[in-house]
Amino acid sequence: MASVGTNVTRKEGLDRATGAARYADDLRFPGMLHGRTIRTSVPRGRLNGFSLDFDRDGFTVVDHRDIPGENCIALIERDQPCLVAGAIHHAAEPVLLLAHEDRDTLFEARVRLHEEAESPILDPATSDHVFKQIRIEKGKLERGFGLADTVVEGTYSTGAQEHVYIEPNGVIAVPWEGGLTLHGSMQCPYYVLKALKVLLGEAVRDIRVVQSETGGGFGGKEEYPSMIAAHACLLALKSRRPVKIVYERGEDMVATTKRHPAIVRHRTGVTRHGRLTAMEVDVLMDGGAYCTLSPVVLSRGVIHAAGPYRCKHIRIDGRVVRTHTPPNGAFRGFGAPQTQFAVEVHMDRIAETLGLDPVTVRLRNALKPGDTTATGQVLGPETSAVMVLREAARRSGFKRKRRRYAGSARGIGLSLFYHGAGFTGSGEVMLASRAGLETTPEGVRILVASTEIGQGTRTMLAQIVADALGIAYEQVDVARPDTSVVPDSGPTVASRTCMVVGGLLERCAARMRERLAGLAPSEYHARHGRLHVEERYAPPPGRQWSDETYQGDAYATFGWGCDVAEVELDPVTHEARVTRFVAVQEFGRPIHPALARGQIEGGSAQGLGWALLEDVVFRDGVMANAQLTNYVIPTTLDTPPMDVVMLVNPYPGGPFGAKGVGEMPIDGPASAVVNAIRHAGLDVRAIPATPERLLRAPRLGGPAAPAAAATDAGPGAAEAGR
Amino acid sequence: MKLVLNGEPRELDVHPLRRLLDVVREDCGLTGTKEGCGEGECGACTVLVDGEPVVSCLVPVAQVEGAEVTTIEGLAGSHPLQRTIMDEVGAQCGICTPGVVLAALPLVESPARPTLARVREALAGNLCRCTGYEAIHRAVLAAHAERHPK
Repeated sequence: MASVGTNVTRKEGLDRATGAARYADDLRFPGMLHGRTIRTSVPRGRLNGFSLDFDRDGFTVVDHRDIPGENCIALIERDQPCLVAGAIHHAAEPVLLLAHEDRDTLFEARVRLHEEAESPILDPATSDHVFKQIRIEKGKLERGFGLADTVVEGTYSTGAQEHVYIEPNGVIAVPWEGGLTLHGSMQCPYYVLKALKVLLGEAVRDIRVVQSETGGGFGGKEEYPSMIAAHACLLALKSRRPVKIVYERGEDMVATTKRHPAIVRHRTGVTRHGRLTAMEVDVLMDGGAYCTLSPVVLSRGVIHAAGPYRCKHIRIDGRVVRTHTPPNGAFRGFGAPQTQFAVEVHMDRIAETLGLDPVTVRLRNALKPGDTTATGQVLGPETSAVMVLREAARRSGFKRKRRRYAGSARGIGLSLFYHGAGFTGSGEVMLASRAGLETTPEGVRILVASTEIGQGTRTMLAQIVADALGIAYEQVDVARPDTSVVPDSGPTVASRTCMVVGGLLERCAARMRERLAGLAPSEYHARHGRLHVEERYAPPPGRQWSDETYQGDAYATFGWGCDVAEVELDPVTHEARVTRFVAVQEFGRPIHPALARGQIEGGSAQGLGWALLEDVVFRDGVMANAQLTNYVIPTTLDTPPMDVVMLVNPYPGGPFGAKGVGEMPIDGPASAVVNAIRHAGLDVRAIPATPERLLRAPRLGGPAAPAAAATDAGPGAAEAGR
Repeated sequence: MKLVLNGEPRELDVHPLRRLLDVVREDCGLTGTKEGCGEGECGACTVLVDGEPVVSCLVPVAQVEGAEVTTIEGLAGSHPLQRTIMDEVGAQCGICTPGVVLAALPLVESPARPTLARVREALAGNLCRCTGYEAIHRAVLAAHAERHPK
């Protein structure tokens, strides 16, 4: 019986609901020490030494001189030190590591750092270093502006966002003769392994990385775990004992990555009928102190910057620059939420300028099969912008409510968006992921490094394999991600696990089926022993991409979404409250509808938090509100009822027609909310749209004031430029 | 000091100001109770004290002298909410789940069918970053229906 498309029982069983699931902090090893990180306190300067003002008995102390290999956390670049040796680039940089078996004694130890402060650069506009610059050009921009009746300009900005996985970062390094095992909360075991190999060099022959139960990631456990893992391993090597480091919430918020803050400028030519003739977009992202994944965050950001719209003449310029805050990094959506926030608020401003309604202006420009994107990618039949837009407008009663709420403290707004599934450009080719499948006495076992972090990886992959092999779902087991057992199937990011890794497993299953010659896997196993197959990624035929020109097929395919938010403005507190939310999304086909719905509901809630509540306040380059008391994420009372619709438009290149769903839901909520606030009469172009910001926002004159609305002069510009 | 932990009388030799959370996790080895923030904001460390949900990271153990403390292990995996929360995908990563289950328990056990507003209110102190709460609400209502068949 087919399991794909049904809500089969999850592979996790009941462990998460009974407390039996063991997360990093729940693991203990004999002789285990606790580790602590001593960090810089100035955002820029030099370290001239340190004083240990405590009795060192029973302590292990590590500094940069204890690193046997390269002092860096290797990722795209090797610019980020594991431990500061001299130069300080942000105010939460690790300098020293301490370990002790008693946690209280450990945290009572006093250390003084001798730091020399220099003046930091905290405004990305004045940065002196560009990590990455990208231009995307299609057609002839000036020609496009020549065809326009009106030009609409605007600047839109988005703030940093903290992931707030409820389980803070945590790892345990366990040394053994000739080797080291690292257990921890993470999305990408092989990223950790690669970073540890560079850090430890020849000193450790054998390194094994094992994912423990992971209490949420959202991108926050994509690259950061390599840092905390490095620290635990250094302490374990020196002490020859297992070392656990688990961050407290405050340290996790101060020291780890955030979503890149962004400022996006649009200049758009439109005809009086609302057709786009030219789009000029400038994207500036704040990368923080080190490169981390910034080049690829920018890449996804600029590729999505023109939105899901048809336009012949486009120029997109993007750059991500260095400032002296902790480095920003991966966060669900990976640059696309920032740029699509901008283009979607801009589209409403275009509609306001022309006196058109938001649905009409989008319908006139929405990408259709056969259209080309900014990078020149020709879209296939699985292009659903119009379908999701019509369904969301119909379901929400958009046009009717738009009229009904006009002039009141209520508003309704929408956003249309898309999201490329899998790595950008040539990313998947360079990754060359592998996935394996082997027979067992009971059936088969999946061998992949893709991690289950709440989204349902194990269940969804087992469904694909079961159906591809024609066996029962219950006969499919999934190996724990352990680099000594599973091949490198790439990181668990970029909405790629289902489409790319699931696709590899579908191919594994097809090959295994041939070799089984009619036998059930368990029968084959009993007669002939273990059968093992492995597949490696190969790009779909005809897919073209140039990293030099940024032209070609940026993604294998795209998912499509349309969100509608209804808001009520409180005249006393100036809060905007979302009262109803409709999310219509097409991502090929859901493998497990309940899990897929969970991605949409959860991602939407995270997007609503980013839109209204979540404000990372930096003071002198340090997060000043690093507490859940002051950095507020949505609770049950802040989250509106959600109407989720999953439309089906199978993608032939994905397993059973599936694309990716993890990230897309966070692309739409912020602009839908801000557009609803605009409908309620406030000119907001920046998020989070906190009460303070709404209090200062200029009132909109109404839709019939095109001359005023078309320029960015006055208080609106000041607001957006913050 | 004495308390009743998951139905069993316990005598513990611990500092009276030690957090109930640490006593449960470290002294009693019951790691189903999770620490998410250490400041009473996230609710991951929720346990029941004499049937009422409390955040164990803010409770010095002396305050529960003689009380009945229930942790997630005390449900022994047999409560319907533990199944419905998995089936409805009200648990994704699961780190908030023990706290959510215990916070919702009084509502699920009470015979009156709760309104959605009442469910939201009861769980307002339990942060979940994965689900957007909708599936948790569905799980609570489903468990209530199971516990109190018409």
